[in-house]
Amino acid sequence: MIRLRADHSKRIRRAPLVTFSFDGEQIAGHAGESLLAALMRAGHLRLRNAPNSAGPRGGFCCMGLCQECVVRINGQTVEACRTAVGAGLEVVRV
Amino acid sequence: MTGPVFDVAVIGAGPAGANAAIAAAAQGLRVALLDEQDYAGGQVWRAKSAAILEAPPTVEGRAGDVLRARLAASGVTHLAQARVWDIARRGGAQWQLHVLRAGRSDAIAARALILATGAREFVQPVPGWTLPGVIGLAGATALMKHEQMPPGQRTVVCGTGPLVFYVASEIRRLGGQVAAVVTPNRRADWLAALPQLMRRPALAARGAFWLSELALARVPVLWGHAVSQVTGSAQIDGVGVRALDADWAPQGKQRQITADSLCMGYGLAPQCEAAQMLGVPLRHDAALGGWLPEGTADGATAVDALYLCGDGSGVRGADAAAAQGTLTGLRAAADLGRAAPALQRGALGRFNRAARFGTAMTALSAPRGGLVQLTTDTSVVCRCEGVTRAAIEVELSCGAGSSNAVKSGLRAGMGPCGGKFCQAAIGGLIAAHRGVDESAIAPPTARPPLRPVPVSAAAGSFSYDDLPIPKPAPL
Repeated sequence: MIRLRADHSKRIRRAPLVTFSFDGEQIAGHAGESLLAALMRAGHLRLRNAPNSAGPRGGFCCMGLCQECVVRINGQTVEACRTAVGAGLEVVRV
Repeated sequence: MTGPVFDVAVIGAGPAGANAAIAAAAQGLRVALLDEQDYAGGQVWRAKSAAILEAPPTVEGRAGDVLRARLAASGVTHLAQARVWDIARRGGAQWQLHVLRAGRSDAIAARALILATGAREFVQPVPGWTLPGVIGLAGATALMKHEQMPPGQRTVVCGTGPLVFYVASEIRRLGGQVAAVVTPNRRADWLAALPQLMRRPALAARGAFWLSELALARVPVLWGHAVSQVTGSAQIDGVGVRALDADWAPQGKQRQITADSLCMGYGLAPQCEAAQMLGVPLRHDAALGGWLPEGTADGATAVDALYLCGDGSGVRGADAAAAQGTLTGLRAAADLGRAAPALQRGALGRFNRAARFGTAMTALSAPRGGLVQLTTDTSVVCRCEGVTRAAIEVELSCGAGSSNAVKSGLRAGMGPCGGKFCQAAIGGLIAAHRGVDESAIAPPTARPPLRPVPVSAAAGSFSYDDLPIPKPAPL
């Protein structure tokens, strides 16, 4: 098929993969990308359950406003969209 | 709680804030630029993450790189990953900002304050919109610029104005598949905007390119439609779409589209809480994104030593924001005794030209009255607190007639996001219930914290023995 807009996905070079854990599961992510991106790629769209309706929630605004993607690292609640992937990071659901 | 004193503090490092900071610093002022993200550029010129070692250049990426290079050479103190959660006037002469960085809160003082807080997007709630895999339309641009990845394998893109076509085009460029583009706008809306479009041929050409590309790829474009439902249990597995009438009220049967992701947004709105909290009067202008704090073209406000620029003072787009940032930085410098007004002239012309185009695009993107009908009784409106439309309607029937009343009655808007993703929708529901225009329903009173802050960081370090204990009241 003729494309006006080329598919650039193969031309993007990413940092090496490192491993972090999400609720105990080992996940591979590119060092320096957001946790949200790495978790999305690994198929983890649901990052937490909403406290009142208990419905599943995941990243929504992707810019640090909505607080839907929060996870816990070292006891601190952080936004997955504003936190970078690092080797050995232990991430748990809130 | 004492920290460094700057001449000017600028909140927000997008095109407006960064240009304001650069302009003020060029007049010899000591300037701090505070922003939540890792790099300057805001959302529109957002930088790639540190994980992207190489990627084909884009228009937005280049504009951001130019800005970041100018900022690096400017002498501005750029505080990245800094979240301003409270602002107060200290002793009449200085602004004091409470800034959360790396889990710790510090105070920063400045003689003048420029707010360049940008815009957030409006999403009309529909059943299922809280499911994982549904992200904002502007959110999708942030994700794709930062991570250079599409939001899913097969995505429905729904929304207004030019953004919906830009997002669809970027998804395809980054290797994703677009199941459909769904837009409440009709071709006639775009034809009506043609005179403004032709004044900015380069931008018009980009739009024509996106449309041709989607047509050639046989991506269905549903004009005059909107997503009316998101289906799935643990995450999205599809969407329902319905046709809209001229006022954008849904009509006719729902049809299903299979998708693993949805990007949805109906225009941008100024983030006005900080200005509102500091006493800047608000007014409503649908063609500038709804409620906005009042300021002049060069950023001055009714509050002494407080300035506004960029989309946070009315959504006019990146080019207008950049020009207004320069104007505002120069105005603040002039008010601090650095003569500069002559430099403003060129920037004022650029601002006016860009603002005409930006305002036309904002008007095209603005939601119309009928869209509120997409929000069914079971739809969650306040995501944080899980408040449905039905609960809000009960509150309204009991006499709650203002945003403040709904907020205090139901906690809608008091969760972690602070109402950023429900306030406008709730305003629309109140307006519909009372049969008045949205411009009659003011947003709730803005209060700190402007952003979520851990109690430990907000409290700072103190000894319990130092706490003053008031005398007990006489019995």
